[in-house]
Amino acid sequence: METPLTAKIRPDGEMIDLAAYERAGGYQAARQAMQMAPADIVEVVKKSGLRGRGGAGFPTGQKWSFVPSGPDSARPKYLVANGDEMEPGTFKDRVLLEGDPHELVEGMIISARAIGAERGYVFLRGEYTDAGERIERALHEAKSEGYLGQNIFGSGADFDLRLHMSGGRYMCGEETGLLNALEGKRANPRAKPPFPQVSGLFGKPTIVQNIETLCNIPHIVEKGPEWFQKLSLTGDAGTKLYGASGKVKKPGCWELPMGTTMRELLEKHAGGMQDGVQFRGALPGGASTDFLTADHLDVPMDFTAVAKAGSRLGTGTMIVLDDKTCPVGMVWNLEHFFAQESCGWCTPCWSGLHWAEEILAAIEAGRGSTEHLARLDHICKMIAPGNTFCALAPGAAEPLQSALKYFPEDFERHIREKRCPWRDGR
Amino acid sequence: MLTPEEQREIEEEAAHYPVRRAACIDALRVVQKHRGWVSDESVRDIAEFLHTSPEDIDSVATFYNLIFRKPVGRHVIMICDSVSCWVMGYDKMRDHLKSRLGVEMGQTTSDGRFTLLPVVCLGACDRAPTMIVDGQLHANLDPAKIDQILERYE
Repeated sequence: METPLTAKIRPDGEMIDLAAYERAGGYQAARQAMQMAPADIVEVVKKSGLRGRGGAGFPTGQKWSFVPSGPDSARPKYLVANGDEMEPGTFKDRVLLEGDPHELVEGMIISARAIGAERGYVFLRGEYTDAGERIERALHEAKSEGYLGQNIFGSGADFDLRLHMSGGRYMCGEETGLLNALEGKRANPRAKPPFPQVSGLFGKPTIVQNIETLCNIPHIVEKGPEWFQKLSLTGDAGTKLYGASGKVKKPGCWELPMGTTMRELLEKHAGGMQDGVQFRGALPGGASTDFLTADHLDVPMDFTAVAKAGSRLGTGTMIVLDDKTCPVGMVWNLEHFFAQESCGWCTPCWSGLHWAEEILAAIEAGRGSTEHLARLDHICKMIAPGNTFCALAPGAAEPLQSALKYFPEDFERHIREKRCPWRDGR
Repeated sequence: MLTPEEQREIEEEAAHYPVRRAACIDALRVVQKHRGWVSDESVRDIAEFLHTSPEDIDSVATFYNLIFRKPVGRHVIMICDSVSCWVMGYDKMRDHLKSRLGVEMGQTTSDGRFTLLPVVCLGACDRAPTMIVDGQLHANLDPAKIDQILERYE
């Protein structure tokens, strides 16, 4: 089984430096890409079937093809790596950022070549201080070798790459919110159209990609689209960084073929549930995905199959709910997060999420009524896709609506007994 | 007044943006790195330095979780209150920290040694529960381990 994304990562937790990265074959793909026409690189990525690993799963090559090209197109163009990783329960990009920062830099050099970007930023969440130091070191090493800056690899092309440490807000992970943050503004979302590919950072054509997505690029260029497709067990190409947290025996993050089942992740890689607790469900891809239950354990974890099962692959890092943990309390915790992190730009989000949080707090405290359940249901409909400015609120609805669907007896029991049945025993 | 060192560091960031004001968040981070927090005076100084208004700078400063607009202690403890840490015992860790330090969330100990704040998911969910102290991650927490960690900060 091949693990291209994580193969070079050192077991001792230290970062792999430039010399070691190159000894392991690093920057060969960048050299190769510098000899290719930009349109050919886009074509290779399109053919590979790579879909964005940040959560939405948009086809990467297709996104790139929206960037205007030609001598009259707007300049400079920007490439931004989204290293905001603030989706609760998600810890996969950290593995790549800390373990192999040169893989990201190489992926960005090739991607910049493909879209004609002269400037790039690594947008990193402020709490990732170790990753920040390692990226700075990798940038310094790459610049010293002439892999970044002017006339990179002697190609005549320039690519200036900088690190930006965020001030910290979940909204920065949203593509247009991130662009506002990079411009030094509040991370409110922007109206689309115009799409960032045409008018993004400082009004110039901009591509924003997740870290894991960019780290795939050197391998696709070097080994080809057919190789990339064969890595997967299903129709969605590549490997995937999966993770599991919660009361499992061995929580962790693993690079596995795309389409590995939830059961294999849970039982084989995470070592099964801790002694004394049973599996009740999981958010398959971070906080903003619908719960799946034991009935879904054999669903392949790819974009298509998880969507068919009524949820989203999201970031591929699942959060496990066990039978000794209160589902109402868990959803209250999630909605508290979303309400707090809402930027306040549109009313359904800031108002709806605060109501959801208040109602869940009341139910958890034993002050709930059946009318509350109808109101939660109503809020989920009011913040559904199409009613809000960006995807934050629809994402917040996903764990709530699915908890109401799969764990109704737990909500009803809180209301009937006027207390949280788990609280005394915890 | 921004110190010459602060001015130099902000200028270095501003040089890499096509618009000077874009260095706003970098500027807030620079000031906080040197002073621990961002005062009203610093907001005015940054505004003047980046050719914008104090209101503009403050609207940004108050938006971001990691920019402190109130004084903090010598060390800032930020404990993760998001879902994976919650499942793995956040409540107990928070209560232990509160009783050990004698403060509520958001408060600073009377000796000015620690400020206790919540923070969203730290991206170390496989090692929950977690917290950061002065930016450094501490994971797989239990009450005894928290006590040992606190000893290291004077």
